[in-house]
Amino acid sequence: MAANQENSFNHLVFKAQAVRKQMNTNLRDQVVKDIYQRAEEIAAKAVALPDTRNDLDRKIDNIVTSRIWGYPLMFALLSLVFWLTITGANYPSQLLSNVLFGFQEQLTGFFRWAGAPAWLHGVLVLGLYRCLAWVVSVMLPPMAIFFPLFTFLEDLGYLPRVAFNLDKLFKKAGAHGKQILTMCMGFGCNAAGIIACRIIESPRERLIAILTNNFVPCNGRFPTLIAMAAVFMGALAAGTNSFAAAGVVAGVVLIGIAVTLLVSRILSKTLLKGVPSTFTLELPPYRMPKIGTLLIRSILDRTIFVLMRAVVVAAPAGVITWILANVTIGDMSIVARLAGWLDGFGRIIGLDGYILLAFLLGLPANEIVVPILIMCYLAQGTMLELDSIEALRQLLLNNGWTWLTALNMILFSLLHFPCATTLLTVRKETQSTKWTVLAALIPTGAAIAVCFLVAQIVRALGLV
Amino acid sequence: MGLTTQSTGIYAFVEEMHQDPNFNTDAVIALAGNPNTGKSTVFNGLTGLNQHTGNWPGKTVVLAKGIYEHRGKKITLVDLPGTYSLLANSADEQVARDFICFGNPDATVVVADATCLERNLNLVLQVMEITPKTILCLNLIDEAKRKAIRIDRNGLERLLGIPVVPTVARDKGGLAELENTIHEVALGKRQMNPRQTIYHQAIEEALRELQAELEEVLQGKLNSRWVALRLLDGDSSIIDEIRRYLITSTTQVGKEV
Amino acid sequence: MSIAEFELTQLPVGGFARVVGIKAEGLVRNRLLDLGLVPATVVEAVRKSPAGDPIAYKIRGALIALRSEESRQITVRALVED
Ligand SMILES: Nc1nc2c(ncn2[C@@H]2O[C@H](COP(=O)(O)OP(=O)(O)O)[C@@H](O)[C@H]2O)c(=O)[nH]1
Ligand SMILES: [Mg+2]
Repeated sequence: MAANQENSFNHLVFKAQAVRKQMNTNLRDQVVKDIYQRAEEIAAKAVALPDTRNDLDRKIDNIVTSRIWGYPLMFALLSLVFWLTITGANYPSQLLSNVLFGFQEQLTGFFRWAGAPAWLHGVLVLGLYRCLAWVVSVMLPPMAIFFPLFTFLEDLGYLPRVAFNLDKLFKKAGAHGKQILTMCMGFGCNAAGIIACRIIESPRERLIAILTNNFVPCNGRFPTLIAMAAVFMGALAAGTNSFAAAGVVAGVVLIGIAVTLLVSRILSKTLLKGVPSTFTLELPPYRMPKIGTLLIRSILDRTIFVLMRAVVVAAPAGVITWILANVTIGDMSIVARLAGWLDGFGRIIGLDGYILLAFLLGLPANEIVVPILIMCYLAQGTMLELDSIEALRQLLLNNGWTWLTALNMILFSLLHFPCATTLLTVRKETQSTKWTVLAALIPTGAAIAVCFLVAQIVRALGLV
Repeated sequence: MGLTTQSTGIYAFVEEMHQDPNFNTDAVIALAGNPNTGKSTVFNGLTGLNQHTGNWPGKTVVLAKGIYEHRGKKITLVDLPGTYSLLANSADEQVARDFICFGNPDATVVVADATCLERNLNLVLQVMEITPKTILCLNLIDEAKRKAIRIDRNGLERLLGIPVVPTVARDKGGLAELENTIHEVALGKRQMNPRQTIYHQAIEEALRELQAELEEVLQGKLNSRWVALRLLDGDSSIIDEIRRYLITSTTQVGKEV
Repeated sequence: MSIAEFELTQLPVGGFARVVGIKAEGLVRNRLLDLGLVPATVVEAVRKSPAGDPIAYKIRGALIALRSEESRQITVRALVED
């Protein structure tokens, strides 16, 4: 635009300002009102609406958001999803692991036949392949059940009702009501949850949501939680009871929500001071999802996507862990040495050096924490076939685990630093190193504090 | 965090799109609409891509672009964030408004929820003020039927003065007709004559005072009535954006086809 | 018959009212206007969250939850059948 044109534009801006001052109506109010009135008139002419005061949506909402049933129903649905996931995944997991670990024998046979050196067999079969096999057999079935179930609730329109029910708690914590929606997304993947925080307009509340999203256990952590629950918690109540395990996992999620609220509250009183901004939430009509599309979408877009990411990380992690566990310096493997350094601290918080090491080595992705841990323990001599939950239980018991170790492993997994992908996402979304560092430090601090307290209390009471 | 008040980065997005040879298509179409009306479902249905869908407001948090072919023409589709309004009270509204306004789409499809048309018309009327090439996609017709809501499509077309296409995006119902309509509107084969909203008398008088002079300055690059409304409204973020657009669109003359 | 004005927060669940105006200024005002809460709009209080707040209102065909901080800013009056 030529300079004189820009001048005439600026001149018009001033002129408009003068005209506005002379008007005695509030322009914005009047414009919005006129548009809505026209919309109303058009709709009145072109749309025939039935009475909606008794429609099905209202009846559903009467239950879903009821004073009495609202909260229990939320917890029941959550538990049901986990129960279906755990029981449904049991058999296929077993089958997959039989097939995959069965194939390991073939691989070993092949390596022997080819006269490959022991270290090559170790790196490729015991390291890379084993880690992959574990991740696939333990993660794939639960995800293939969990994601469709969760997507079903999402497509149905249930999530906004959850936000509606829980909003007051978030308001009291100085957080945004939509934070619960971003947390729901975090169930799938915390990185996705953090991107979803863009729906929160106010920078302060968005940061709170970003910094606390990690307290929702993502899919990479569910297998760990489920395995730990099945191994120890389930065992408390008659055998490996999937009801108990599901209850434990649902309880863990509740603890995560409680910590989210607490940390949000602390943040909004300290680093991120302020009052909640405007909050309006639409409760959309329920829509029955199309099951076919839902299955395809949730399996292709979510399950396979998350699994592939885990596989990409698991392969090198398996190799590195095997090397660390089998290369010795002096009379000790590198793993043993590293774990030795961490052991003292680990025991104070009710864990051990290997567990902490597994969490550290598992930084790239949460799903590889347990396989790394197993590999570390296995390298300590006791070579056993890890083909069932019972075998896993035996292995852990042999390494001095008690139910306290399992409980704190669950708590640490729930609360500890986010995975590398999530941290990178925080960096990208906040454009700030400071907040990224805090996104790692706050959860880690919370994890250490909670585990320490639990360990001290349990020990003081002489429960283990 | 550059969340609000600053520019929405729509220029960078548009620039990038124009430079990407894959998106060197025959037309660019914007998909606007209230949250949760099925924009992403329409987008996926037309492009075959998998933009995330779900039944909660606000799940589309990035601008997605995709391509489809229709009658030998390549069409770019841009899925905008869901908004109730374009008066820019939020970053999402700014992004949607800026793309419709300054992204030069060849047509804008407003996806509306047929079960809740009155509320959705608010946005439709606002889009019509910015661009005459507006199409109303009346989605979720199946839900409307289930709820015994009846809509007079022809009456609606007449009252609005824009094409109205009923769809059931989830089952790809009506998408073929939507493609046809987009084709006709975007490639200029259909005369568009939307019926503008007439405001309170005082506003109309004020608009008249500005419009003639504005038309000289705008030279047809933007709708003078809409710009006059924004100037009267006095929201400086959009006024600055308009100024910037006028400056860049002159310096880029010749670069554009 | 004089019709008293009150805050939307006070509208009991199941009740209808007509919007008179919005007390808030600036961004909050614009947001509420954009939801269709312009004068003369009929609003129904549909349900309370189990915790008592927020409350969901039927506003121009959509069900929208407002925290009491916002609904307090909206003045309404009782709907008289005509
Ligand atoms: N019954 C029905 N559901 C639909 C239709 N179109 C979309 N949906 C569903 O409505 C929800 C919102 O759709 P989405 O594309 O995510 O909306 P967006 O927010 O506008 O992008 C999803 O659960 C879709 O499956 C339709 O035509 N009929
Ligand atoms: Mg979308």
